[in-house]
Amino acid sequence: MGMFILRRVGVMALTALCLTFIVFVMTNLYPNLEKLAKSEGNFRMHEVEVATWLASNGYRSAVDPELIRQFRAEEITRDEAAAMVNTGFDPRLFRNYGEWLGIVPGWQLERDGEIRGRCILPGMEAADAPRFCGILQGYWGWSTFAKTTVGDVVGERGWQTLKLMFWVMLLMVPSALIIGVLAGMREGSGLDRTLSTFSIATTATPEYVSGVIFIAVFASSAVGLKWFKGSATQAMENPNFENFLLPVLTIALYGMGYIARMTRASMAEVMTAQYIRTARLKGVSFSNIVMKHALRNALIAPFTVIMLQFPWLLNGVVIVETLFNYKGIGWTLVQAAGNNDIELLLGVSVVSVVVVLVTQLISDIGYVYLNPRISVT
Amino acid sequence: MDPLTWTGSLGTVLNPILFILVPLFAVAVLARIVLSMFEPDIGSKANADGTLVATGGIWTLSQRLVGWLGLAVLALVLAYLIFGAVMGTAAGIIGGMSQAFTPVWIALLVTFVVSIRFKRKLGLYGKLFDSTIGMIGFGIVMFWVFTAIFTGVFDLIATHDPLSQASGMKNKVPGTPLRGAEEGEFQWYLLGGDNLARDVFSRMVYGSTVVIVIAPFATLFAFMVGITLGLPAGYYGGRLDLGLSFLANLVLAFPVILLFYLLVTPEIVATGLPQFMAVVLFVFPMIFFGVLIHARYRTQPGKDYLYLAIVLVPLFLSYMSAINETGSKIDFWPIDLFDINSGILVVFVSVVFVNSPTVFRIVRGLALDIKTRDYVAAAQTRGERPWYIMLWEILPNARGPLIVDFCLRIGYTTILLGTLGFFGLGLPPESPDWGSTINEGRKLLSIYLHPALPPALALLSLVLGLNLLADGLREESLRD
Repeated sequence: MGMFILRRVGVMALTALCLTFIVFVMTNLYPNLEKLAKSEGNFRMHEVEVATWLASNGYRSAVDPELIRQFRAEEITRDEAAAMVNTGFDPRLFRNYGEWLGIVPGWQLERDGEIRGRCILPGMEAADAPRFCGILQGYWGWSTFAKTTVGDVVGERGWQTLKLMFWVMLLMVPSALIIGVLAGMREGSGLDRTLSTFSIATTATPEYVSGVIFIAVFASSAVGLKWFKGSATQAMENPNFENFLLPVLTIALYGMGYIARMTRASMAEVMTAQYIRTARLKGVSFSNIVMKHALRNALIAPFTVIMLQFPWLLNGVVIVETLFNYKGIGWTLVQAAGNNDIELLLGVSVVSVVVVLVTQLISDIGYVYLNPRISVT
Repeated sequence: MDPLTWTGSLGTVLNPILFILVPLFAVAVLARIVLSMFEPDIGSKANADGTLVATGGIWTLSQRLVGWLGLAVLALVLAYLIFGAVMGTAAGIIGGMSQAFTPVWIALLVTFVVSIRFKRKLGLYGKLFDSTIGMIGFGIVMFWVFTAIFTGVFDLIATHDPLSQASGMKNKVPGTPLRGAEEGEFQWYLLGGDNLARDVFSRMVYGSTVVIVIAPFATLFAFMVGITLGLPAGYYGGRLDLGLSFLANLVLAFPVILLFYLLVTPEIVATGLPQFMAVVLFVFPMIFFGVLIHARYRTQPGKDYLYLAIVLVPLFLSYMSAINETGSKIDFWPIDLFDINSGILVVFVSVVFVNSPTVFRIVRGLALDIKTRDYVAAAQTRGERPWYIMLWEILPNARGPLIVDFCLRIGYTTILLGTLGFFGLGLPPESPDWGSTINEGRKLLSIYLHPALPPALALLSLVLGLNLLADGLREESLRD
């Protein structure tokens, strides 16, 4: 078992490394950097100036000095100079990734007698700055959108999302399991048909559809019932039934159907097993069969399904937080992407990738642990 | 022109019946659910004289009641639609819509009559008509398919242009007459006007064309990729399997939304990355068909080259036309037959990319299972090549689960497309696709409901139809 866990953790770390590298490359593509340079510097910068800005801020390699000299001396036209700037692959990328991870010393550059560097935060002396500063050291970078460190943003927004997820799980898991068990204990009965139709309907309703319908029915100021609020902004400070039920219900409903169908299939399979028949022939009552004999074995498969639902739940979180204006990690992702906030986007990606991988790991280990038929040795 | 009510003159007759029937039906269904929890678990009981009777009593009664009331409600809905199609706007908004959909009703009727008539000769498709759930699902899906065909090809169903704006129609409620409508033009906005004074009904109808074109094709491409990689991974196993599975897990561990935000932004599109991904992903259909034909006709070179040429030349030409686009990073191919809008290409590529790892895992699992069967061993003993065994022995025997998953996956792709539209990614903002319209409508949702609800319900019904269809297919294919 120990070796198995160790190997899974190793694969997980490798996957995390690959994924963060992919995200890093895609957020640090030249057009993104150019946009960043123009919004941080000024919008009328020439390509050569953009490249120098990027070089002096540690994003890309230094520009060819000959090109800068020719450009300043106007030996070449502006268009020619623009065409000569390297906008493609830059080997500096690998070093940047190392710096961001915290396994390569942060860059330092001297300009106009002042030393600036990745690890030198505003208002800090160059001598005091640590050599390494990456996510391994707990420094996640600076968010240009939130005007604070990414660690703070992710921590605060993550806490909001955690609250949301807690209530979602609390609503989704028990109801999905109950629906699945009730439907699966007597396959083909009337109850099974109604509950299965319900779970098919919920899996066919993505969050942006159910959210819109819920708001229309329960929250609209025009014709609706006005039972709940269509915005969950207040729920961040004081969540209550009125402003928090709709977002929670919207996320829970989409995941519920899938888990319920898996539970139903697993329950139906267990109910046809030999030992259940034996129990029936012994004269054990139906409720006892379900509760004492079938349930424990039927809940192994749903456990892994619940854990593997996390990537989809993250999807739902982003949609619902946008729809209900609840400022959590999903909302931050949308804002970071919309505002070209590279470091913040990277931070959010790391969080979501880690959440997905850790839940996959738990699901793998849990499955082996719960199911005595599987042996890892 | 007067504003339309929902049911018009038809309502005076049918609405009272509706208001009685629907609550009755709801009560009956509720009673059935509650009762079924206490249903005795033996459906029949033995009499003293040796005969068997069904449990009967209150349970059978509630079952019959639900059945008959359900039929009555269905008949009523049909009455609304049929009379509406005949009477048109005299039967209110419902009538107007039903009349606009007339070609779709006719096509649906013909499809069902022909299919049920010849269902014994139609294989799995024919068996679909033995299952009620499958038929309902098939009906809903075909409704949208026909809508998309008649709108996109024949320009029939939509009452107005999906992009043109009419003065004074901004955010108007359903059934508002068009101000200053010209002769021959449709006189009302059936489902009202949206925030930019465009017809919500026409936009919903046009939105179906976007989904019906992209979703099945993207799913098909994802299946080509998944099958071409999954079969060898499952069949050979070993290092190849390890590497490919790692890659698939890598993509699967990506939260989909994050991937979309990374792939489908104007900056990334400018780097040409989606185009390069298209270059890789669009190759797979050619590989698939090439290997498929060559594996079968390897020993008959004449036929082999003929079939290969017939299939691969058009595929290659469309491949080059698809990836080649003037003014982008890939611009060298002279015979550019058609241009794909760069927004659509990006959406297409990212949806294929997200879907293929899951298909890969399914196909790999099936191949792992089937390769242990006797007929595979027989083929190996015959001396068949590995690719022949994979494509002509394993794949046909894995078709059942794959067809079911194909239906489910189209639904899932539809949801993904809606998600992209919802976040305003990829497709142009004025595009009538359902995700974008929901996104636009939601901004004023607390005041005006009508722009957001029709596309939301349309998307819901299509995905629901696909899920029901998949369920019916699964049931029928398991029965064999």
